[in-house]
Amino acid sequence: MIEERFDAIVVGAGMAGNAAALTMAKRGMKVLQLERGEYPGSKNVQGAILYADMMEKLVPEFREEAPLERHLIEQRFWMMDDRSHVGMHYRSDDFNEERPNRYTIIRAQFDKWFSSKVREAGATLLCETTVTELVRDERERIVGVRTDRRDGEIHADVVVLAEGVNGLLGTRAGLRARPRPDNVALAVKEMHFLPRETIEARFNLRGDEGVVIEAVGTISRGMTGMGFIYANKECISLGIGCLVADFQRTSQTPYGLLDQFKSHPSVAPLIAGSEVKEYSAHLIPEGGYKSIPQLYGEGWVVVGDAAQLNNAIHREGSNLAMTSGRIAAEAIGLVKSRGEPMSAANLSIYKKMLDDSFVIKDLKKYKDLPPLMHTQSQNFFLTYPQLISKAMQNFVRVDGTPKAEKEKATLKSFVKARSWAGLFGDACRFARAWR
Amino acid sequence: MNVESPVRVEDKLYHNRYLVDIGHPHVKVRAHTTPSPQLLALLKACPARCYELNDNGQVEITVDGCIECGTCRVIAEPTGDIEWSHPRGGYGVQFKFG
Repeated sequence: MIEERFDAIVVGAGMAGNAAALTMAKRGMKVLQLERGEYPGSKNVQGAILYADMMEKLVPEFREEAPLERHLIEQRFWMMDDRSHVGMHYRSDDFNEERPNRYTIIRAQFDKWFSSKVREAGATLLCETTVTELVRDERERIVGVRTDRRDGEIHADVVVLAEGVNGLLGTRAGLRARPRPDNVALAVKEMHFLPRETIEARFNLRGDEGVVIEAVGTISRGMTGMGFIYANKECISLGIGCLVADFQRTSQTPYGLLDQFKSHPSVAPLIAGSEVKEYSAHLIPEGGYKSIPQLYGEGWVVVGDAAQLNNAIHREGSNLAMTSGRIAAEAIGLVKSRGEPMSAANLSIYKKMLDDSFVIKDLKKYKDLPPLMHTQSQNFFLTYPQLISKAMQNFVRVDGTPKAEKEKATLKSFVKARSWAGLFGDACRFARAWR
Repeated sequence: MNVESPVRVEDKLYHNRYLVDIGHPHVKVRAHTTPSPQLLALLKACPARCYELNDNGQVEITVDGCIECGTCRVIAEPTGDIEWSHPRGGYGVQFKFG
């Protein structure tokens, strides 16, 4: 056993873990952070978009120091069928501001930098260390962790579980359930390298301006899923994710889906001639509010993806991770400053503070959307995109058919596919879940 | 678009960097004679195609190319078909970009 005792042990050096470790170290607490990868970021996968507001709360000067890719000035949503896409684009020069709101980042590089700030603040980081077990005392309280290093038992007043969506510790210790196939998506991603000028020309960008594309439709073959294309400085992150339960049900392969997405006529020209330098995969929490587990207990709290804190509708995860990590650390700091023990009763303040933040408020707002999207995947990801594509083609193609007849044909195709009751029901269900 | 073209997963994995922990696989398949539906699902769902059917119709795993997503854990750990742990500290895939 390592004799040294810590105020807190943080398991994981992703967004949530770094936020928690940084916040506690800044308060002068004695923090040990454990990471199983060779360096922080080596096991982390994300699109990735960084949200400046939440990052500023942790490292106000991050814009001058952090490895950022492009600041986003444009968002494109695509609804795709096999040969077309219907798009909604929002681009604004307002986003060319002094302190931009969103950036694309490359996680392995960003996390290395973020971790350097954590260590500067005084936390101790131990990499290449897998935590194998939580240690309990005779009263069943969590009092530390056991690692795969020799003499690997380490004690602390509180353990912050920032172990990610696939974290084993909390589930093995019975603190929360293993993620279910219908509550997590599997996303696969490739990094496509191209000269900077080529990316800027293809995406209509100047300098460090950036754009992200998010796409739904037949690309997910009737599964609940989404494709994404993010422009970085000299590469493009391109990937697709679908519910694990849907992969299980349909026997589609993730790499088959990825390659079909890449060969789509709307996508292929964007990445033509690129050099692929990495292929990665990761789970994404998709269950929303209803899948959030118990967030604290005797001597522990859980933060970030491990707590299923991900807003699937807005595709926000890293900011919820950062914020939950920071809030958990502030709660722990509060308990410590009162000189009280890290008991479940005292740590319950973490949940209260999180409930009052945008994290839980946003997830609560959309609490009914994930189940709706998951059970109606055929309609929302296959039937409607096909119908809308046909309607658009009908609208723009000029072939001498009178417009009234064209509109009638479009309406008829919708009613035929979903029936009046179906269309009405879908609209009501969607509106109710969105509200 | 509907014709499934063969995708060579090995070509994709070739770009990645791994530190293989020889002799210590972090995922193990429970011995079986006939594979369960969950095990069979892994043949398709694993993004690194670590799971293959052997000549006797049993599901086998080679973890060398594993990208540690956890999909197989979510599908087949509840039924006891597989045992899933993280690789030992420092081993496994090391993402350069993530």
